[in-house]
Amino acid sequence: MKARYLIPLGIFISLVVLLWAGLYLNPREVPSPLIDKPAPEFTLPLLHDPAGQIARKDLLGQVTLLNVWASWCAACREEHPLLVELARSGQVPIYGLNYKDTREDALRWLNGLGNPYVASAFDEQGGVGIDYGVYGVPETYVIDREGVIRYKVIGPLTEDCLKNTVLPLIRKLQG
Amino acid sequence: MKSVLAVCLLLCAFSLRAAVPTAQDDQLEARYRALTSELRCLVCQNESIADSHADLARDLRNQVRAMLEQGKSDREIMDYLTARYGDFVRFRPPLKSTTVALWFGPFVLMALGGGLLMAYMARRRKRVSDAPLSSGEREKLAALLRGTENEGRG
Repeated sequence: MKARYLIPLGIFISLVVLLWAGLYLNPREVPSPLIDKPAPEFTLPLLHDPAGQIARKDLLGQVTLLNVWASWCAACREEHPLLVELARSGQVPIYGLNYKDTREDALRWLNGLGNPYVASAFDEQGGVGIDYGVYGVPETYVIDREGVIRYKVIGPLTEDCLKNTVLPLIRKLQG
Repeated sequence: MKSVLAVCLLLCAFSLRAAVPTAQDDQLEARYRALTSELRCLVCQNESIADSHADLARDLRNQVRAMLEQGKSDREIMDYLTARYGDFVRFRPPLKSTTVALWFGPFVLMALGGGLLMAYMARRRKRVSDAPLSSGEREKLAALLRGTENEGRG
C-alpha cells in the first residue's frame, strides 16, 4: 500500500532532476557537424594587406586555433585579452577570421586592443563563415595538423574552457 | 489634377506589369518560400530563416535564392545547409539513429500513459461493479426516485 504512494513521488523527483539538469544546458550551443571533418577550403584576402591572400593550406602542418571575430561583436571584446595572453605564451598559433566587418573598423579594433593573430582573413560577405557553420560570433575552431576540425567553441572563450578543454586538446594534438 | 492622376495610374500599371513573375519565377518563388520556412534560424532558434530578421538568416535566404537560381534541387540545398549547421537547421530532422527518440518518444509516452489509464479504469470499473447496493440503499434510492416523480407531477 505504501509503495503505491511512492510511485508518483518517484516520477515527480525524476522530472525535477530532468528539468533541473535542463536549466544548465545551453540551447545556443548547437553541436557542429564539422567536428572531425576536414576544415572547409577557403581563400580570402588578408585583413592587413588587401593584396595578400590566406588560404586553408596556410594553416596546415601545425595545430592552430581559428578564431572568428568582428569589431561589432561585444563578446569578442570580452574574450580578446585571453587571446592576446594565449598568443603571447606561444603555445599555439591563432588565426583570425574577421567576419562581416569593415577593414577600417577591424584594423582600428586590433590597434586598440592588441593583435593576437598570426594573420586574419577578411571575410567581408560572410561566405566563408557560412561554410564553417558560423552562427554566433565569436567562435573558435581547433584545427589539427592535417586540417581536420577537432573542436569548436561557440561564444567567447573563457579561462576555464581554455585551461580545461582547449589547451589539453591542443597539447594532445601537438604531442 | 486629372492629368496627374492619369500619370499615377499609368505608372502603377507599368510597375504592376514589371512585377508580374513568369511561370518559372513563380515556381522558384514557391520553392524558395517552402525551403526558407523549413529552415531554422540558428540565431533566434524558434524562427525560420524566412521569418527571422537576424543577419545570418538574411545571408542564408540569399544563399538559398542563389542556389535555386543556379538550378540546385531542394535536396541539394538542404544537404548544403545541414553539412554546415547540422540537422538542427531543419524543423523536421531526418529519421536516423540519433533522432529516433525525438520522432517516436512522444508516441511511446502517449502509449505508456494510455496503457496506464486503461489499466486504472479497468480496475476501477471492477471495483465499482463489485460493490452492489445493499437492500437498504436500494429502498432509499427507490424512495428518492418516487419523490422526484411526484415533484415532477406537482
